[in-house]
Amino acid sequence: MHIMEGFLPVTHAIGWSIASAPFIALGLRSINKKISEHPEQRMLLGVAAAFTFVLSALKMPSVTGSSSHPTGTGLGAILFGPTALAPIGGVVLLFQALLLAHGGITTLGANIFSMAIVGPFAAVAIFRSATAVRLPFGMSVFLAASLADLMTYLTTAAQLALAFPDATGGFPASFAKFVGIFAITQIPLAICEGFLTLVVMNALVRFNARELQEMQVTPRSGVRA
Amino acid sequence: MKRYQNLLLLLAVAALLALPLRIVKKPPTTHGAPASLFAGSDDQARDLIQSIAPDYKPWATPLLQPASSEVETLLFALQAALGSGFIGYYLGVSTTRARMMRATDTGAKC
Repeated sequence: MHIMEGFLPVTHAIGWSIASAPFIALGLRSINKKISEHPEQRMLLGVAAAFTFVLSALKMPSVTGSSSHPTGTGLGAILFGPTALAPIGGVVLLFQALLLAHGGITTLGANIFSMAIVGPFAAVAIFRSATAVRLPFGMSVFLAASLADLMTYLTTAAQLALAFPDATGGFPASFAKFVGIFAITQIPLAICEGFLTLVVMNALVRFNARELQEMQVTPRSGVRA
Repeated sequence: MKRYQNLLLLLAVAALLALPLRIVKKPPTTHGAPASLFAGSDDQARDLIQSIAPDYKPWATPLLQPASSEVETLLFALQAALGSGFIGYYLGVSTTRARMMRATDTGAKC
């Protein structure tokens, strides 16, 4: 999902940066508030950031014969809410843009929007809907993390299709082409992301039950471990 | 089942990642260029941009380009190692704390 340096027209690059900026500000405020109220959650925030750091570094082979990487934003979004991930994902993307030539400064706004904003918001929306219809906790975590991963890649496809509409078919034709590259490859990787998120969440539920109850991730009574 | 859930999940991930390596066949070489297998989807997207808009010139280039694919691998491995190191440390702290809390609980009841 990394749109490469210079591969978005100037107006799009600026537009996505402006669109992402308020979420970064809201996210920083939300993180500051959480940490000043609950300093003991600082380590868990580190875990959420570390998880994104690891997963976005793992390029995995997929059945389409190409490779891509998960995003790791679902875990942090479920734990700390969707906006907290905007600055965290931003740091990860900045690291990759500056040191690894993956993504770029000019495309940072667009990449933050897909990976660190759309993904986390999708994760929280899916997690809350799934728990509202009383799906098991593990299933809710899995669905939230894997569908958020897919949503991130669909967003990237839409961003590229907006910037580079097909000469004859316009946006829809171009979107279909980019979805063809990103989405099919991503399906098995999104399932992997859902499983890996559940592995870490299971460990947290088992060993950090009290924190998770305080954060209202798991219900106060009867935690399934 | 619950007890082995994490083990099963990790095995499922390993299977999902190993499967493509077995079933995807190397495509025939086209235009004399060696066909690449498991290329990054980001690079494929870049190629698609260039085929949709052949006149588009990227207007910025990365500040730092890793000197070689080995250096790039090193940096990606470093990224993964730092992240998993921190998660491992935290889980270690958490399991020890949970065990000690259990020990004090049972101790208090005696």
